[in-house]
Amino acid sequence: MPDEDRPKHVDQHAKPHEKSVAAEETAAVAAVDTAGGAISPSAVPATAQSGKLPGGPDTLLRKIFTGSGVVSVLAVLLALILGGLLIAATDERVATTSGYLFARPTDFLSAVWNAATRSYIALFQGSVFNPRGSGLAVQFAPLMETLTIATPLITAGLGVALAFRAGLFNIGAQGQIIMAGILAAWVGFALHLPLGLHLLLVLVAGIVGGALWGGLVGLLKARTGAHEVILTIMFNYIALYFLRYLLNTPAFQRPGESNPISPILDPTAVYPQIFGSQYRLHLGFILAIAATVLVWWLLNRSTVGFEFRAVGANPKAALTAGINVSRSTILVMAIAGALAGMSGVAQVAGTEKVLTDGVAATYGFDAITVALLGRSTPWGTFAAGLLFGAFRAGAVQMQIQTGTPIDIVLVVQSLIVLFIAAPPLVRAIFGLNPRRKKPAAAGKSQQAATTGGAA
Amino acid sequence: MLQPHIPSGTVTDASRLVRVLKLELRGITKRFGSLLANDHIDVVVEPGQIHCLLGENGAGKSTLMNVLYGLYEPTEGEILVNDKPVSFRGPGDAMAAGIGMVHQHFMLVPVFTVAENVALGAESTKAGGFLNLEDTRRKIKEISDRYGFDVDPDALVEDLPVGVQQRVEIIKALVRDAKVLILDEPTAVLTPQETDELLDIMRQLKSNGTSIVFISHKLREVKAVSDTITVIRRGKVVGSANPGDSTTALASMMVGRAVNLTLDKAPAKPLEKTFKVKDLTVIAPNGHHTVDGISFDIARGEILAVAGVQGNGQTELTEAILGLQERVHGSILLDDVELVGRSVKDVLNSGVGFVPEDRSVDGLIGTFSIAENLVLDRYDQPPFAKGISMSPAKVLENAKSRIDEFDVRTPSGLLAAGTLSGGNQQKVVMARELSRPLRLFIASQPTRGVDVGSIEFLHKRIVAERDQGTPVMIISTELDEVMELADRIAVLYKGKLVGIVPAGTGRDVLGLMMAGIPQEDAASDHAVKTDRAAKTEHAANTDQAVQPDQTFKTDAAAAEGRATSSPEGGEHA
Ligand SMILES: Nc1ncnc2c1ncn2[C@@H]1O[C@H](COP(=O)(O)OP(=O)(O)OP(=O)(O)O)[C@@H](O)[C@H]1O
Ligand SMILES: [Mg+2]
Repeated sequence: MPDEDRPKHVDQHAKPHEKSVAAEETAAVAAVDTAGGAISPSAVPATAQSGKLPGGPDTLLRKIFTGSGVVSVLAVLLALILGGLLIAATDERVATTSGYLFARPTDFLSAVWNAATRSYIALFQGSVFNPRGSGLAVQFAPLMETLTIATPLITAGLGVALAFRAGLFNIGAQGQIIMAGILAAWVGFALHLPLGLHLLLVLVAGIVGGALWGGLVGLLKARTGAHEVILTIMFNYIALYFLRYLLNTPAFQRPGESNPISPILDPTAVYPQIFGSQYRLHLGFILAIAATVLVWWLLNRSTVGFEFRAVGANPKAALTAGINVSRSTILVMAIAGALAGMSGVAQVAGTEKVLTDGVAATYGFDAITVALLGRSTPWGTFAAGLLFGAFRAGAVQMQIQTGTPIDIVLVVQSLIVLFIAAPPLVRAIFGLNPRRKKPAAAGKSQQAATTGGAA
Repeated sequence: MLQPHIPSGTVTDASRLVRVLKLELRGITKRFGSLLANDHIDVVVEPGQIHCLLGENGAGKSTLMNVLYGLYEPTEGEILVNDKPVSFRGPGDAMAAGIGMVHQHFMLVPVFTVAENVALGAESTKAGGFLNLEDTRRKIKEISDRYGFDVDPDALVEDLPVGVQQRVEIIKALVRDAKVLILDEPTAVLTPQETDELLDIMRQLKSNGTSIVFISHKLREVKAVSDTITVIRRGKVVGSANPGDSTTALASMMVGRAVNLTLDKAPAKPLEKTFKVKDLTVIAPNGHHTVDGISFDIARGEILAVAGVQGNGQTELTEAILGLQERVHGSILLDDVELVGRSVKDVLNSGVGFVPEDRSVDGLIGTFSIAENLVLDRYDQPPFAKGISMSPAKVLENAKSRIDEFDVRTPSGLLAAGTLSGGNQQKVVMARELSRPLRLFIASQPTRGVDVGSIEFLHKRIVAERDQGTPVMIISTELDEVMELADRIAVLYKGKLVGIVPAGTGRDVLGLMMAGIPQEDAASDHAVKTDRAAKTEHAANTDQAVQPDQTFKTDAAAAEGRATSSPEGGEHA
């Protein structure tokens, strides 16, 4: 059989340039490099290569979502600095010292410094560790609160990130959370099942709800070519008004009441609290960690993730390689929906234990920012989720302690997005531009040459 | 080297003063991580000179040009314009200094007109911020007339053929007063006729004092237009050559060993016909029949080469076989299994190896690693995956052996495929498709952008595949390649099969067939010349004894070239 002869044949032609020094050098270089194991990717963007970069739509959006993690860190830093200045600007002491700014500038500066640091210290104490607490349990309560708030941000953020890696801009996490919340809550308060089974069913119902709501978007896109951004926006509205409608029907109200609030979920239907009843932190956080691991594996180690990434990076090449792009689109949206669905479950079965029309708060939208900050990588998203959880948790404490309005945190969040969207700005501010600084002499002669040559 | 000495400064042309520019690259070094892409390169481009850079795939030619154009910052070294050191912070600076570049993939906005594209980025505005297109249009006309570009400023770019789009790119550079034009493999995407026209344009630009840095792997073109040739190997300048040097001498200097420019291929031993296409019609979304009632078959152990001017249905034909076309009528049988109506995955899994025409769009994912690209259509099969779980170790292992075997120049299979040089990207696609058990091998432009040494290797591999008993279909716009590889030659014209002729059919007959004239008529017009001219001596003619052949006749050179040592074969079929 010719096919079985192949390997032998391949060997015959395996070394066409045996004697070439060049080939040996390649081998040597390769050996050195791979032996080290650390292959540092090029510092220069491949796009700079005479425009011949293969690969898909190298859109601005894509660059923003998958850019360097360093920019993320710097963007956070920069946003915090600007936020600090803003805090200072509204501070009373800063205002009074600015009155005699020129007489004693140090007063003014120290006032600025104090205002900003006081607020940030309060933010830290409200989100991680409060030294004034009595006993470790109370001191770490803020951290537990941070993790609780981070839970839905992480899972929904993973959904946005995963879809983005497949080239889809999923802004429908909000609607997916709501749909999941509705189903999970209903199973939780309407059915009465044994311990264990009940919670499992709540979880499954939520995940299926989110997956369907997301998958439907994928299906519509794959079948009709409708754009996912428009679809997901509309689906968010549909989900929200559907929820409001349901909360006005007796089936979703407490017996004898007409408030838009559901009955409390059965005790068998709620997530157990991880560190006992003193903290709100619940099983959902563990599941969020598991989800992060799973998404990482899916993206980097599975054939499904390979397809997602291929479709996201270059759909034409994916198609030519036999990848079913439609199926990938539907599947990735369903999985993204399922992940957002976990956030819905975390809300109704973990944090709130009832269903209201605020079940999703703004988690679905914040998830986009979280995925953005996390550069659409699973662990990046996880870290970004924690950070945003900390902002949320600490903001309250900050307002109580220093009077700094909670809104400042939203400003900082928005600034982060702004800076991430403009990496050159961040790099310029931190002097990180890839262009090397030239000796002054060269600069001068360049000027001479260009003005002389291009008249 | 021998070149006309033109003092830097100004020369008077018949009608106008043209500023000229002398360009010098001194000790240019460029590193990418551990890889030394350019190693202390010195090149001087004299005014009004066509300076050719010759070198293997991955030698560092494009990198050097990107440095010159301000896209890359050199790790070391300096650029001198008219003997003054300059530093470019980006292409804008390079353009301001009089350097223009035409990228291999054009940077044009398809839905804009020629004038709008040319104006883009250098908009001259009238009072009130309105775009002054009138001015641009006038300049385009002026340049177009002077060089015989034949470009309509008001045409939409998307309606223009590739060759004309390329001229728009050149106009863009000229409007910005480029005195040095960088052309990085401009002919890779052109038809032979467009290529000849481009070479003419280059000569005209030169006579107007514009210098050109020209990169090409086609030695015939290099010999035809260049004044000076600098050969680069592994990032270093290894010497200069003279356009009068023989093709084989140039080839061996570039690769560093003797290269066999003609393929030694045994006559085909065709077995049973396992690939049959019958009455195939492909209908484009606009209702046009891009492939129109084609029937042919290929036997195991036979190479059918499809010739024809690009855009005559070749792309659609191959896409229909792979299952990428929507509206396909007729029948495609492989081993008696109908392929029409099956998914791409099914077709690939039934043993079809497919090399798409445009590697960067359809063949590779630039942000994926080389290793991942080498399993792009087999990632879900053993040994690379068990169930849905992939084995990165196996993927990398495969990459190592493919990279060795096909001599892909890269420090590691883990690097993004987008960092590979153009020719090496092509080798990756070929390596992927040629290293699995095949029942049919289809390759479009199998050696586009590949250096002569690697062409030799890839051609051998294709013939080896044939000798294993695989039916092979090669689509190429290079007539040389078609004649070299084919056992039979099919010619397409406007979606129809003009005819299938034996290998060894003369160029003139093929040329007429490519214009739609059936072979009987073509053959009666011109006696079939199976001119199997004596193989040109391609011995170890590696010495670079420079023949000061100053009155080198470019036209004669164009006619000569690889074609004279025309292929063997034609006995069978
Ligand atoms: N952005 C990059 N990052 C890492 N390596 C790169 C990058 N660009 C080029 N290289 C490497 O530099 C070397 C030179 O590449 P270059 O594109 O200059 O080759 P070339 O001479 O133009 O080859 P070809 O004839 O195939 O186009 C190659 O080994 C390539 O892999
Ligand atoms: Mg190149």
